[in-house]
Amino acid sequence: MIVANRKTLEEILNMLKPFKKVLLLGCNECVTVCAAGGEREVGVLASELRLSRAKEGQEIEIKEQTLERQCDHEYIDQVRPFVGDYEVILSMACGAGIQYVAEKYRSKPVLPAVNTTFLGVTLEQGVWSERCQGCGECVLHLTGGVCPIARCAKSLLNGPCGGSSNGKCEVDKEVDCGWQLIIDRLKELNQLDRYEEIIPVKDWTTSRDGGPRKRIREDLKL
Amino acid sequence: MRLNYPTNVKIVKVPCTGRVDILLILRAFESGVDGVYLAGCLEGECHFLRGNLRAKKRVQYVKGLLDEVGLGGARLEMYNMSSAQGQRFAEAAREMTEKIRALGPSPAKRPKAESGR
Repeated sequence: MIVANRKTLEEILNMLKPFKKVLLLGCNECVTVCAAGGEREVGVLASELRLSRAKEGQEIEIKEQTLERQCDHEYIDQVRPFVGDYEVILSMACGAGIQYVAEKYRSKPVLPAVNTTFLGVTLEQGVWSERCQGCGECVLHLTGGVCPIARCAKSLLNGPCGGSSNGKCEVDKEVDCGWQLIIDRLKELNQLDRYEEIIPVKDWTTSRDGGPRKRIREDLKL
Repeated sequence: MRLNYPTNVKIVKVPCTGRVDILLILRAFESGVDGVYLAGCLEGECHFLRGNLRAKKRVQYVKGLLDEVGLGGARLEMYNMSSAQGQRFAEAAREMTEKIRALGPSPAKRPKAESGR
């Protein structure tokens, strides 16, 4: 899932300073699962905003709405009947959702209430961890199912580096060395011979270096 | 026991403090209360195993939110007592009332809230 983090209330309040009527949009997908921008988080943020404004003696009207997704226009269209009643849209979706809402309602300022951080997994209730950087050229078949791009701080393809110590990364003692994980997993799979093979220089044009990416399936187009 | 406790304390009954959601606490403050405290069972004595421990964590979280909002986390507390500790219940009510009285009315209190909303 896409993992996000709520912005601080102070930052959100600063963005909202000129506005009194706010449409607060949550998203029922990834940000709900990572507890950053689902229906519950919409409720909590709305409540915080109302209390903050009440404390300052200022008015604020907040319409709380959580869409199934903010990355598909069918769902974004659901707020069209009343979007005109509000001065600003505050979105709790990931960066993709926020931008798509902004594209659909061009005359409305659309503000982000979360910082979109990574593609990851749930380690345990309340703990999420990065697993993928969407580089566009997956090498997991070579590295024992552990991604060297996302899990090595340097994204080394032939690691580890000298900063690996007791299985931990030099950037943070809490972070596992990605390459230690790869070697351990290759050992478990009896595929340690793969470690001897040098992975060639990566073509980063499939990643962000090639500019914004697009995927088209002609057979699905209407 | 016929114990007295301050009349300003209004009780909201829940089956377990584990039922108390973050939003319930925030909504109470929105409706104009000056303080909130949770009276849960003693730690380790929860009938639902961890309800009161969950509530304790939520109280800590909401304290942070209240600090962020500017109301102050001190307006929210968690107390633990068994159902046989009526004395402790009355004591907690008095303690919290005194504490909130010292803090003064909630700065987010709206005039409407005083009419009993």
